[in-house]
This record gives sequence, C-alpha cells and structure tokens, in this order.
Amino acid sequence: MFQVRIHGRGGQGVVAAAEILSMASFDEGRHAQAFPSFGSERMGAPVVSYCRIDDRPIRTHEPIAEPDALIVQDATLVHQVDLFSGLTGEAYVLVNTSKSFEELGLADFAAGFRPDRLLTCPATALALEHVGRPLPNAALLGGFAALTGRVSLDALVRAIGERFAGAVGTANAAAAGAAYAYVKDEARMERDRGVSARAGAD
Amino acid sequence: MLEQIEGSQAVARAVACCRPEVVCAYPISPQTHIIEAIGVLVRTGELAPCEFINVESEFAALSVSIGASATGARAYTATASQGLLYMMEAVHNASGLELPIVMTLANRAIGAPINIWNDHSDAMAASDAGWIQLFAETNQEAADLHVLAFRLAEELSLPVMVCMDGFILTHAVEQVDLPEQAQVDAYLPPYSPRQFLDPADPVSIGAMVGPEAFAEVKVLAHLRQLDALERIPELAAGFEVVFGRPSAGLVSSYRTDDAGTVVVALGSVLGTIKDAVDERRLAGERVGVVGITTFRPFPVEAVRRALVGARRVVVVEKAFRPGGGGLLSGDISLALRDAEVTLHTVVAGLGGRPVTRRGIESVLGAAERDELGGLSFLDLDNDVVEAERARVLSSDPVEPSGAATVRRRPPPVATRVGESP
Repeated sequence: MFQVRIHGRGGQGVVAAAEILSMASFDEGRHAQAFPSFGSERMGAPVVSYCRIDDRPIRTHEPIAEPDALIVQDATLVHQVDLFSGLTGEAYVLVNTSKSFEELGLADFAAGFRPDRLLTCPATALALEHVGRPLPNAALLGGFAALTGRVSLDALVRAIGERFAGAVGTANAAAAGAAYAYVKDEARMERDRGVSARAGAD
Repeated sequence: MLEQIEGSQAVARAVACCRPEVVCAYPISPQTHIIEAIGVLVRTGELAPCEFINVESEFAALSVSIGASATGARAYTATASQGLLYMMEAVHNASGLELPIVMTLANRAIGAPINIWNDHSDAMAASDAGWIQLFAETNQEAADLHVLAFRLAEELSLPVMVCMDGFILTHAVEQVDLPEQAQVDAYLPPYSPRQFLDPADPVSIGAMVGPEAFAEVKVLAHLRQLDALERIPELAAGFEVVFGRPSAGLVSSYRTDDAGTVVVALGSVLGTIKDAVDERRLAGERVGVVGITTFRPFPVEAVRRALVGARRVVVVEKAFRPGGGGLLSGDISLALRDAEVTLHTVVAGLGGRPVTRRGIESVLGAAERDELGGLSFLDLDNDVVEAERARVLSSDPVEPSGAATVRRRPPPVATRVGESP
C-alpha cells in the first residue's frame, strides 16, 4: 500500500487533489481510497486529505498517520501545522513553493530525507500560467507523478479531464504536465547531485 | 458498473435506481452530499417521476415522507445526528403506521457538546423506534443495502434505516460497483402498498388505539420485525442472483473458524479490525471478527451461531450510554446468555476519534494477556479525565465545569495531524 497525505488550505482543491489521484489510480486498475480530514472546513483554514493506493482492496478507514508521500499545497503551513508528522527518511515530500527548503527555514529538516525524494515545485506559478488561477492541486499531482512514479501522467490527465470539464480540464492538465516536466528535471538534478556528492566522498 | 466514486454519490445513484417517487429531506452534515446529489438527479430529470420536496426541518422531512408513503408513494429521506432526534416523534409514527420509508442515516455523534463527526449515537438513539436498522461496512454495501432496503421495507410494511458511517464512508472516494437500473428493476418490483390513503375511498390510518388493543399492535410489530430475520437472508441471496455479487445480510464472519477471541462491531470500523486481525494472526493468535449488518431486529440466533466456539468476545462500540454501557454489548450478551464466554466492551471512535489498526491490536493484546476489563475506552486520555474530576471535586461549585473546561485543554493525539484547533 502507498499512502499519500496532502496538506493545504480550504479553497485550494486539497480534497479534489486526493480524489483525482484516486481516480487516476483506479483508471490504472488499482484500488484507491481518497478522503478528506473531517471537520468544519472553510476557506483559508488548514485542510488535509488522504489517498491510499494498493493492488488489493483497501479495508482500513483510519487517517494516514505515516504517509509514504506528502504533498504540501501551501508553504505558509510549514511552521503552523505539524505537516511532517509520521514521515520516515524514505518518504517523498513535494512542497509548492518557488523557494528552496533552506529559504523556507527547513534546511535541518531536509537533511533527514533522501535528496531525490524531497523537492519543491512552483505549482502556484504554473497554475497561474496555465489555468489563470492560483489553484496548485493539479500541477502538484503532475509533480507527484514525476517524483514517485506511482501514477502515470496520462492517467492523471484523464482523471483531471473527468473532474474538470472542457477548457478548465485542459488547462489543469497542462499545468500538471508542466509540473511533471519540472519535477522530472529537478529529480534528475537531485540524483545527479547525490551521485556527484558520493563520488566526491570516495 | 465499477466506478471510483464518493460514497454519498454512490448511495444517491443507488437510491435513484430504486425509483423513489417522493424524496423529502433537510440537509445536515454528513448526509448533505447524498440529498444534494439526489436533488440534482430530480432537477435534471434523470430521476423521474419524482418530487423532491424542500422543507424547513427534519421533523417536516419525515412527516412529509410519512404523508407521501401513506398515499402509496415510494418515499425516501436521509438525516444524521440531531436531525434524527428532531424527527424522532415522526420516526416512531412511521414504524407504528407500518410505512415502508427508507432512510439513510449518515451516522454522526449527538451533542452537547456539539460534534459533527462520526459515531453511532444517533442510530442507537433510534434502536427502539421500530425501524429495521442495517449497517454498511463499505460503500459497496451502503449502495447495495439501499436496494435491498426498499424491497424489504415494502414486503414487510416496515421502515428501514440504512446506517453508513458519516464522513468515513459518506465522504470517501472508493470503487463501487454501482447497481444498474435494469438490475434494480429486476430485483425491486413496483411498490404495491398494503394500505393507502385515497380520497375516492376514504379511510383513517393511525387512529387511536386504547388499552384493549395497544399491546396486540405492539406484538404484531414485534413479529413483523422477527419476520425480517427470515426474509433478510433470502433477499440477500436473491440479490446475489440478480447483481452477481454477494449482499450483506444478518451477520458476517471473518477468520472465526478456530478463533478463541472474536471482535464484534458495526459499520466501517470492521475493515480496520480485519486488518488488525490479520496482523495478530501473523503473530499466531487465533482471533476473528463478526460484523453485525442487521442490528434491528437483532439477529440473536445468527449471532449465537457466529460466536460458537469463542471463549472471549470483544464488542467494539462507537456509542455508549452514560450510566449504562454499550447497547450492542447488551444485545450480544443476550445472544450469549447460556455460553461460557468472557464479554468485553470497548468503546471506540466517539465523536470521530480515529479507530486505528494499532488501537485494535492493543485491545486484542490486552485481551490475550487477560488485562482487558469489562468496559474500557480506546485511546482515552485518562489524565484529562482524572484532572477534571479532581478539579470539579475540589473547586467552588459556581465555577464552570465539564465540557467547557475540557475543551481548553490540548486536543488528544488523534486530532493533531493537520486539524485546526
């Protein structure tokens, strides 16, 4: 089972993101379960959603306390909410920001993770470019696909199209594609950095 | 058709396939998505003929449903929590008048203190109201049980409540094999009421019954409930023939064959318990699970058979009666009254506190070590309880106490992840 937790703020499509990821995984013949954190959500308040992906039917319905991957849709949450609770050093972390982890004040935190699994992605900027609104969820899912390889971009694009009809769907799919390309590149650079660092140590 | 779909949407689609003629409901979390979706199906004409009636309260919602059903229309409503309490007088009237209304109860805690999250307090508050109560473990069961519910209700002239865990199921997007219209039409015949109001042939329904016949009316209601225990397994078998997948019936068993310890529960928590049981089995413990689908009428014989051989029964309940204990545990102990079994009640998940596999495993571990008491509360913060008890006992009686004070303390562990305080 692969477990994803998504943090953001009410109005950013946090719940929709988990649903779209589950639909894309279903489209690829897998079992998936998406659900929101349950509460009195409102615009701007911290919101959490969850998605489980597995090859077998998923029976549990508890919240995801130890995610394999974390998507942070709003970097202003990093010092407000216990975002990184339950993460291991093997976890994937994707943060929506055009800053670096150092600039976010997370340099020490970042040191505990694999550099090729800990990435930032300027998803809001990509959303503004392609969708015209600061809704980073679809772009981040594209980034997630590139970072983890757990879902294909094709399946995501189909799920986005199912969720958002017409031009809105096309624009969000384009944002997802752009973030996918961005993160692929970032991940490659991180891997290269890791390799050269190790080579240097030898 | 297999779809990745929100539980509420799946239930709305299943209900629509049952061709209700009147839907009257008042929105309340976490039921809202269900009736919104049905409202859309009525507005677009996908569900026709059907009248969706907006009213000002839950009391009106069920009263209109009663009126509709009494004229011979297939009627559906949905509610939760305080909404159910607000319609409670009508809840008893619907069953007393033998009207086959189907209601979805999106299970939610009852206040005060106000709490919108899931537990089973609302269903338990209506467990003596004369309705059949079916509990769904999954969204597949939630969708399918509604189809069975209409058939059962109309055959027996009894209202049926389909209980599904609020948020945990209603808001979960999972794959559901949706009932198809042709299948539902093959399974559920058009409603043919036993009695109905007709201006051309006036009768009174629900006239006063005095001491000379009231007890007989109640016994007849009881016997009709017991008839349901015969019919539900038959209707579930018939469901499988038409839909090609099994339907939930009275009770379900998982890995109980050689189990010395069996956990009993209602609803979606069964999935998490099954995962916990698999883990304990890996460690060599002989544990199993029994899920109760039909809670009212209570299937005493089926439960007894399902628990034969168990030396220890752990009832995990998402509700409890202050000053009493677990309602489900009381029913289970009735089913086990001649058996040599140790019965434990574990109250879990109150007001939406997550019930985790680890939590259930800790319960099973405590049971194995003989450390589980008669009544315990999973993941309870005893420090908060004890400090509050001590404070109240030592403080000036005019100071605020209870919920108002506890609320100011740090929230328990389970709400820490991402929840706003």
